Amino acid sequence: MDIGVLLVYGILGLTVIVSAVGLIVSRNALYSALFLVVNFVAVGLLYLALGAPFIAFAQVTVYAGSIMVLFIFVIMLLGAENLMLDEPLRGQRALGILLVVIFLAEIVLYYLLRTTPLQAIPAIPQTFASPAEIGMLLFNRYLLPFEVTAFILLAATVGAILLSKHEGPTRPKPGIQKPETPVEG
Amino acid sequence: MVTAAQIWEWVIKSLIIILVLTGGFAYVTLYERKVLARIQARVGPNRAGPFGLLQPVADGIKLIFKEELTPAGADKLLFTLAPVITVIPALVVTAVIPWGESVTLFGKTYTLYLTDVNVAILYIMAVTSISVYGIALAGWSSNNKYATLGGLRATAQMISYELALGLSFVGPILLTGSMSMLEIVRAQQKLWFIFLQPAGFVLFLAASLAEVNRAPFDMPEAEQELTAGYHAEYSGMKFALFFMAEYIKMIAVSMIGATLFLGGYLSPLTMLSGLPVIGWLFASGPHWLFLKVALWLFFMIWVRATLPRIRYDRLMQLGWKIMFPLGLVNVIVTAAVIVLAGG
Repeated sequence: MDIGVLLVYGILGLTVIVSAVGLIVSRNALYSALFLVVNFVAVGLLYLALGAPFIAFAQVTVYAGSIMVLFIFVIMLLGAENLMLDEPLRGQRALGILLVVIFLAEIVLYYLLRTTPLQAIPAIPQTFASPAEIGMLLFNRYLLPFEVTAFILLAATVGAILLSKHEGPTRPKPGIQKPETPVEG
Repeated sequence: MVTAAQIWEWVIKSLIIILVLTGGFAYVTLYERKVLARIQARVGPNRAGPFGLLQPVADGIKLIFKEELTPAGADKLLFTLAPVITVIPALVVTAVIPWGESVTLFGKTYTLYLTDVNVAILYIMAVTSISVYGIALAGWSSNNKYATLGGLRATAQMISYELALGLSFVGPILLTGSMSMLEIVRAQQKLWFIFLQPAGFVLFLAASLAEVNRAPFDMPEAEQELTAGYHAEYSGMKFALFFMAEYIKMIAVSMIGATLFLGGYLSPLTMLSGLPVIGWLFASGPHWLFLKVALWLFFMIWVRATLPRIRYDRLMQLGWKIMFPLGLVNVIVTAAVIVLAGG
């Protein structure tokens, strides 16, 4: 393998792993969120390196941009930077370590006991991940899951609005809401 | 395979873009002060050099010698990183804007764009969505209530207006059938998209003003109520970086807008390009892009001098209840018309 290619994937992979570990270890919620942003951006760069620019930029825009900004917004708004040291649910740490050991064991066992030899993944055509190609797949082959996802997100939005709405007669705040506009519901 | 010559070409083109943007930043500050002064019946800076042309240099030297303070209780790491995180997206966002077709120098033809990727608009969306972090983190890490409020306002505002901004991009994409900036410019050969997409243009204009926190949407740094907002605690070169990011974002937004809606580097007067001596002035090229950017910047400064800052709840209402639905309707109507017209 080309040394440059190895270097790019090595650095990106290390960034992904280090930021993921930092996310879990950090005791400051804001730093945890920032580690997750770094993680998302690094994964996006991996997609880019693998020849999927559309997915890469969508990942950065949606996850690293919009969603994580909202997380940081809430953390800043609530002043909830410092996480509790004791966990409300006991035994999670032991369970986590156990699962990691099982996962690593699985990988090692697969490598040792595999029946087919490791081989290079066949190259995909250049147009495979183009925006037009993804659009065709989304709106033809995967139309039903796509629409179902959209519907679930819509339901979640409506639910969030309903939950945050106050019960009973709403008092109009001066200057913000005009008294003659009734709140429907 | 990538050759060394190609890498050098990319490096030099990137350097030119960064130098033009930073040099442009220095002179846009002077431009703004001069135009504002004229609008307010003043003279403006005129002492440093002829017509005050050395004023940006004087300002820069002053800022270098200023003391840099870090407030007690600030988060030192993020306090230092925030200006850097703010400036880098502003510097890299224009990488996909074409300045022209190509030029022949010393018998070799060079393209006048750094790269022509087929997801250029998504790249712009991704970079702008990242640029919120610098401001939000600057506000939080300063350990100052005004700064934190400014950071919160900036975050809420930029998230809200990013939707309208993204929807305003869809019109030119649909009309072109491509997300490449070069294709979008070429599609405007006959008619600029401002005439085919007036609603999209107005949306982009308003949303981009909000996205770069310019008046009348400069709530994050409202002097009268937040002292200066997110950069209240910054001084010296760290402050200069925020200042730089704001002006470079203005230039970047003007370049993106001019490319999407005003024909980019295309000249509206190509029929005059056959003239002797001055013919090149009427041919398409980077100078037309710069002219359009200068006009766009003038408009932004004009708006700042004219309109008062709008109230925060009105800002949110405008973003969510007017601009977002308008953007959706614009996308649906554009798509329907294109399908019906058989485009």
